[in-house]
Amino acid sequence: MANVLVVAEFAEGKVKKTTHSAVTFARTAATALGGSYSILVLGSSAGSAAEELSKLGAAKVLVAEDASLEHYLAETYAPTVAAVAKDFGVVVAAASAFGKDLLPRVAGKLEAGYAADITEVSASGGTLHYKRPMYAGNAFGVCVIDSAVQVVSVRQSAFAAAEATGAAAPIEKVAVVAAGQAGARIERVKFDQVKNERPELAEASVVVAGGRALKEQFYDLLNPLADAFGAAIGASRAACDNGYCASDLQVGQTGKVVAPGLYFAIGISGAIQHLAGMKSSKVIVSINKDGDAPIFQITDYGLVTDLFKAVPELAEKVRAIKAG
Amino acid sequence: MKILVALKRVADPDNANKVKIPADGSKIDTTGLEWKPNPFDDYALETALRLTEDGKTTKVRKGEVVVVSFGPKDVETTLRSALATGADRAIRVECTDEQLDGLVVAKAIAKLVEAEKPDLVVLGKQAVDGDSNQVGQILAELLDWPQAAFAATVREEAGAVLVGREVDGGVLEVRVKFPAVLTVDLRVVAPTSVYSASTDKAFKYNEGVRFAPLPAIMQARKKPLDTKNLSDLTAEKPRIRYVKYEAPPARKAGSKVADVDALLDKLKNEAKVI
Ligand SMILES: Cc1cc2nc3c(=O)[nH]c(=O)nc-3n(C[C@H](O)[C@H](O)[C@H](O)COP(=O)(O)OP(=O)(O)OC[C@H]3O[C@@H](n4cnc5c(N)ncnc54)[C@H](O)[C@@H]3O)c2cc1C
Ligand SMILES: Nc1ncnc2c1ncn2[C@@H]1O[C@H](COP(=O)(O)O)[C@@H](O)[C@H]1O
Repeated sequence: MANVLVVAEFAEGKVKKTTHSAVTFARTAATALGGSYSILVLGSSAGSAAEELSKLGAAKVLVAEDASLEHYLAETYAPTVAAVAKDFGVVVAAASAFGKDLLPRVAGKLEAGYAADITEVSASGGTLHYKRPMYAGNAFGVCVIDSAVQVVSVRQSAFAAAEATGAAAPIEKVAVVAAGQAGARIERVKFDQVKNERPELAEASVVVAGGRALKEQFYDLLNPLADAFGAAIGASRAACDNGYCASDLQVGQTGKVVAPGLYFAIGISGAIQHLAGMKSSKVIVSINKDGDAPIFQITDYGLVTDLFKAVPELAEKVRAIKAG
Repeated sequence: MKILVALKRVADPDNANKVKIPADGSKIDTTGLEWKPNPFDDYALETALRLTEDGKTTKVRKGEVVVVSFGPKDVETTLRSALATGADRAIRVECTDEQLDGLVVAKAIAKLVEAEKPDLVVLGKQAVDGDSNQVGQILAELLDWPQAAFAATVREEAGAVLVGREVDGGVLEVRVKFPAVLTVDLRVVAPTSVYSASTDKAFKYNEGVRFAPLPAIMQARKKPLDTKNLSDLTAEKPRIRYVKYEAPPARKAGSKVADVDALLDKLKNEAKVI
C-alpha cells in the first residue's frame, strides 16, 4: 500500500489551488511509505490540465477525459476515481466542497475508511497516522484506517501549496467508467456563481471578516479595508444567513477554514463555530463594541469601539501606509 | 412522500470547548455536557416536515416521516422529541458509539432503506462531534442513488426535488429524481428554503426549526418507536480507529489597544504584518 493518488480539482479549464495542498500531503505520505504519488484529473477537456499537473513531482499524471465529465458531479466522477484508486494505498483531495462531496462516495464504492479534514500526517511502522480536528477544533483525534485503500481529505490551510519541481511526469489516459443509476437520476440545472475578484479565502494572507453587526453596509465597510490589504473577505454565519454577503464567505466549523497571517474579526462575537474556522490565524485583530465578547479571548489586538467609525478610519490609514 | 431522517445526538455543541482530553490521550471526555440533537439533524427533520406538509396546516402530514438514530437507550430522548415535533415513527438501532464509523452507519441505514423504501433519506451534512461529513454521501453510493449534499434550498417537483447546493464559489442547482439522498446545510431552515408541491409559493416559514407544542409531547408517547440491533442490519466493523486524542494548541488573549493609531502601531512594529 505504498502509493498515493491525488484527485485534482479542475473546473472551468483551471486546476484549483486546493490540488496543490493535496499534493503536499501526498509527498509527505509517499515519502513516509517509501512509495510515489500520482495525480488523477477528470473532465471533458482534462488533457489541458495535464501539463500543468505534470510539473508537480508526480510519478504519473492520469487523465480521464469524456464529455460526460464536463461538469463535476459525485455520481459521475466517483466510478472512475474508484476504479483508478483500487491500485493505490491512499486517495486524497482537499477538503473543499469538491473533496467533501466526492471522496466519501469513492470510499463507499471501495468499502474503504474515509477520514475527513486531515491537518497532519505521520508514519509509524509503515502505517499512516492522520490527525484531524473534532468538536469544532476543540479536540484532535489521531486515527489509522483499516482498509485496503485509505481515503482522506486534507485541510487546505494546514498543507502549504506544492511548488513545481524539475522533470515533467508522464501523462497517461485512463478508462472512464460509466455512472450507474445514480448518474441517470441527477441533472445539473445551473450554477449561480458569485463574482469574486478577491483572493480565495483559504489562500489569502490577510482576511477581513465581518459579522452580524455590519448589516447592509457589509461590503461598503469591508471593501476599502480589504482593498488596502489585497485581502479576502470572510463572514460569520449570521452575516451570511441575513443575506448581508454571499454564503460562500462563511468562515467556521461548517464553512471555510482559514489560517492567514492576519485575520480581522469585525463585529463578530466569537461563537465556538466561528473560532473553529479561524483560530489558527497567526495574528488576530478584533473590533467589537462589547469588551467582553468571547472573540477577545483569542485576539492578539483588540479594539473596543464602534466599528462604523473605526473601520473606515482604519481602511484609510492602512491605504495611506501602503501607498508609502 | 416517504422520508427517512437520520438523527444523532451530540455533546452540547455550544460548549464544545469544555471537552477534556485526559493526559494519556485515551479519549475525549464529554462528562458534564448535556446531550443535544446534532443541529444539522434538527434541520434535516425540519426539511422533511416542510416537504410533507403545505405549510399552513402543519398537523396534516402528506406522506410519512420516519426518524432513525443509532446508539444506546438514551438516544430515545432525541427520537421522542422528533416524534413530538411531527415525525410519525421512530427506529432506534441499539449499539454503542464505539461500534460506529461513517461506513457502518451508512451500511446499516442502507439495510433499513431496503425495508422502508423511502423516496428520500435526509441527513445532516455533518455531525458536529466527529465533524466527519460523510454518512450521506457513502449511503448514496451504497444505494446507487443520487446525492444532493449541502442542500440550502429544496423544492418538490413530480417525483423529484430541485436542490440548491452550497458549494465553493456559489450555489449549484441540481434536480434529483426519487429515490435520493439529501444532506442539509445551515441555510435550509431559512423562511423560503423548502417547499413541498402543495406549499403556496408566497408562504414563508419562521426562521429556524419548529418546536413541539406541549400536547404533542404527550401524544408522541403513543407514537411507535421500534428497536433493532445493529448486528441484524450489518456485520461491518469500523475502519477508522483512533489511536489517541490531543488537546488543541492553546491560544492566549493578547492586549486591548486604545484606538486605530495604537492598533496600527502594534501591527507595524510588534506583529510586523503591515
Ligand atoms: C450547526 C451550526 C453551525 C454553525 N457554523 C458556523 C460557522 O461555520 N461559522 C460561523 O461564523 N458561525 C457558525 N454558527 C453560528 C454561531 O453559533 C454564531 O451564531 C455566529 O457565529 C454569530 O455571528 P456573529 O458573531 O456575526 O453575530 P453575533 O453573535 O450577533 O455578534 C455580533 C457582534 O457584533 C458586535 N457589535 C454590534 N454592533 C457593533 C458596533 N456598532 N460596533 C462594534 N461591534 C458591534 C456585538 O457586540 C457582537 O459581539 C453555527 C451555528 C450552528 C448551530
Ligand atoms: N449515530 C448516528 N445516528 C443517527 N444518524 C447519524 C449517526 N451518525 C451520523 N448520522 C447521520 O449522518 C449525518 C452525517 O454525519 P457524519 O458523517 O458522521 O458527520 C448526521 O448529520 C446524521 O444525519
